Amino acid sequence: MLELDRVSKTYKVGTFGGKDLHAVMNVSFNVGDGEVVSLIGESGSGKTTIGKMILRLLPITSGTIQFDGVDISTLEGAELKDYYRKVQGVFQDPFSSYNPIFKADRLFKILQEEFYPEIKNQEWDDKVESAMKDVGLNPNEVLNKFPHQLSGGQLQRFLIARALLLDIKFLVADEIISMLDASRRIDVLNLLADLKSLGLSILFITHDLSLGYYISERAVILYGGSVAEMGATEKIYFNPIHPYSQMLMACVPRLDQEWEEVDVDLRGKQFEHTGGCIYFERCPIAGNKCLDEPPLIEIEEDHFVACWKDFEENA
Amino acid sequence: MSEDKKINEFLYFALRNKKLRIGLFIVLFFLILTFIGPMLAQNDPFDYVNPGGAEPPSSEYLFGTTFFGQDVFAQFVYGLRATFLVGLLGGGIGTLIGVLIGFTAGYRGGIVDELLNMLTNIILVIPVLAVLLIIAAYLEVRTILIECMIIGLTAWPWTARAIRAQTFSLRTREFVDLARLSGMKSSKVIFTEIAPNMMSYLVMAFILQFGGAILNAATLDFIGLGPTNAISLGLMMQVAVLWGALQLGSWWWFVPPGLAITAIVGALYVMNVGLDEVFNPKLREM
Amino acid sequence: MSLQVEHLTVYYQTLRGDVQALEDATFTIEDGEIMGLAGESGCGKTTLGHSLIRLVPPMRYVRGKVKIDSEELPIWGMEEMNPFRFKKISIIPQYAMNAMNPTRKIGKMTEELLESRKVSFSDTLPELKRRLDMVELTHDVMNMYPIELSGGMKQRMVMVLSTLMDPTLLIADEITSALDVSTQKAVAEMLVEFRNRECCNSVMLITHDLSILYQIADTIMVMYAGQLSEKAATHTMIHSPRHPYTKLLISSLPKVGVKYAEKRLKGIPGSPPLLLDPPIGCRFRERCPVAFDKCLDVPPFLEIEKDHLVACWKEFERDA
Repeated sequence: MLELDRVSKTYKVGTFGGKDLHAVMNVSFNVGDGEVVSLIGESGSGKTTIGKMILRLLPITSGTIQFDGVDISTLEGAELKDYYRKVQGVFQDPFSSYNPIFKADRLFKILQEEFYPEIKNQEWDDKVESAMKDVGLNPNEVLNKFPHQLSGGQLQRFLIARALLLDIKFLVADEIISMLDASRRIDVLNLLADLKSLGLSILFITHDLSLGYYISERAVILYGGSVAEMGATEKIYFNPIHPYSQMLMACVPRLDQEWEEVDVDLRGKQFEHTGGCIYFERCPIAGNKCLDEPPLIEIEEDHFVACWKDFEENA
Repeated sequence: MSEDKKINEFLYFALRNKKLRIGLFIVLFFLILTFIGPMLAQNDPFDYVNPGGAEPPSSEYLFGTTFFGQDVFAQFVYGLRATFLVGLLGGGIGTLIGVLIGFTAGYRGGIVDELLNMLTNIILVIPVLAVLLIIAAYLEVRTILIECMIIGLTAWPWTARAIRAQTFSLRTREFVDLARLSGMKSSKVIFTEIAPNMMSYLVMAFILQFGGAILNAATLDFIGLGPTNAISLGLMMQVAVLWGALQLGSWWWFVPPGLAITAIVGALYVMNVGLDEVFNPKLREM
Repeated sequence: MSLQVEHLTVYYQTLRGDVQALEDATFTIEDGEIMGLAGESGCGKTTLGHSLIRLVPPMRYVRGKVKIDSEELPIWGMEEMNPFRFKKISIIPQYAMNAMNPTRKIGKMTEELLESRKVSFSDTLPELKRRLDMVELTHDVMNMYPIELSGGMKQRMVMVLSTLMDPTLLIADEITSALDVSTQKAVAEMLVEFRNRECCNSVMLITHDLSILYQIADTIMVMYAGQLSEKAATHTMIHSPRHPYTKLLISSLPKVGVKYAEKRLKGIPGSPPLLLDPPIGCRFRERCPVAFDKCLDVPPFLEIEKDHLVACWKEFERDA
């Protein structure tokens, strides 16, 4: 359904754009029909940038993103609008997703104006109401209110309801859980799971590994804009190969097991693409070979790793 | 929600706001005075009507007369008119340039932003008063319009900076992304999502520019570089001080213009605070 | 016993009335204890933490007593608290890391901070350097500006500063929240290290993240809507909670190894009550699956097993 092929995003930084900043480097992965893929990474890993490129909110520097076989960077005008009928996003901060000076339900009105001008107001209102009920909101409580009068959870559900009204095929969910309280998180996660069983594909962007495990079949671990490891969720979580994934798994606070003894490097991260492995600076097992960029290789079925050390051991 | 209803709601909160009401009342009072004042004044502001020279307020001369026997009330109401004109035009020009430059820089970003930002910073560090002095001193005949231009052309950088920052932060807000995801065209995003958020900013920028222009004009007038062929509140004070009104105790000559400038500018700032509360739904409930 | 709180009640003043953010809190923190204070946003955990050190408007002291090292803490008085702040009780505020003055060098900032607390900078310097070594920060940081420090370094610097006077109680407010998992782990472990080296006697770690507490806290106290729900040793709390709220909360947390397809977790229906006009009795009553008529009275916070305190009528009945 969605296919990323060597996608990169480079920003010009410094006075008059003298330097290149590689936010995303040669990222390739795909999301199948009705599949949930977790995109996991820490701050600065480029996960949000990838989400925005899929949503055409940021231009791609190089590489291609294809949706149902069509290169999305070529879409213009009506085609782009059609794309947005099928692909939508929900973002991390529910508060900044609303124009603070308008009432929150204006969101739905815009949708009607832009996508369904032919539907009558009454009929649309009914649709909105049923979508609200689908996401577990009581329309009477939440309609006709300003964003600041609603809770983060309510706003977040509004956004999901908005996506539902469009009958979408693909959802980019960027950290949509992290601003919610613990007792509400699981409800939103379950909602996504239900949508998935109805055939929706989801790219679930998160930094929280346990959330990723709960909902996704496959996971992609990003570090400094590159894919460190990806594949079936169980393989990634229970048999991480890349030193970064191993460190990440060891550092996640869990409720069922205590932290192992791992040395955590506290030096500041600096993602500098010098041509070699991006994790070189922090890697405890880096060798000379790592000065070259490691390719992403399938080491077992549906399990890809980008690490020279592992290749050597298996060679 | 329909447009009228939105405006009604806005008016409802605007009229309920005490700060806005007080500010508006004072400004309107002076504004009305500029219209009906000249009708009330029986004399031309430049005519030497009282051969007795400086005289305190009386029933004949409401605000008294100057050292030369001119009617202070007449000068005051005509001067008020000049003051509002300077505020409107000078402040208007300053706001317009500031908004255009700030918005373009903030919305386009990149190299455009960098160049405009550089220009803004350059204008910002030029000592404005010195430039005003030079320009004003070079012009033999200075009209109020020229004064407005000078003030407007030098006062925009702060507005540009504020608008740029605001645009920049709005542009990266997620609701703008969401509007794009709703299939809105760029122009529609600007006018229906970004601009309404800027309205309060625009009005407030204009109010601040308005007050600033009045103060700037008063400064220019006071140091003798005001219009050569008109009367203004600043000019009144300049002449009053020049002819020793302070030493002679002719308080009626300089107190009304001074008080009026203070009151208008003060009222504008109070309005500004009030408007902030009206525009921001979050502050309304307090 | 390092901290003793009795019947502490703190409200927030708003134009629409008092928000009853903290109601009748009674608990203790033992010497050397790291107590995790957990709960959802708006449950009063931050109010509790902050009222112990800086009770300022809109917070309003209503009643209650606080003792630190058996000495009564005048939390109601801004001035009266001055001799205790920083020395007996200290805090790492939530955004301290990003609140450092960007134009001051770290050394200068430290000096000003100490002088404002009437502590001599030069006398403290050797100890400060020893502490910097302990957290593996070079002494050069004293000559650096905050911008030159990474997030982890800043967080460590703030921790060193907050504990410089060996406070009896250190309050850490959401210090791990904005960090990446790797830094999070390092900072959390450092907090334990500080306690082990007696840079502070006991710690109150405020967070919404129970899994962090499971890693480093000795005990966990859970709050709901301004009331204390349960306090127990960490292991007990996570594996055999007694309060219905804690039970539901813990069972709703996704764990690595749990997939929705195999085990669908359930949330807690409903939402927390508004504290402007909270319901009478147990505030969890409306969402509670086992609530009964007794719950219209506020349940006391009682020890039902050794070191396991719960505020739930149902549990009291079961034990009776």
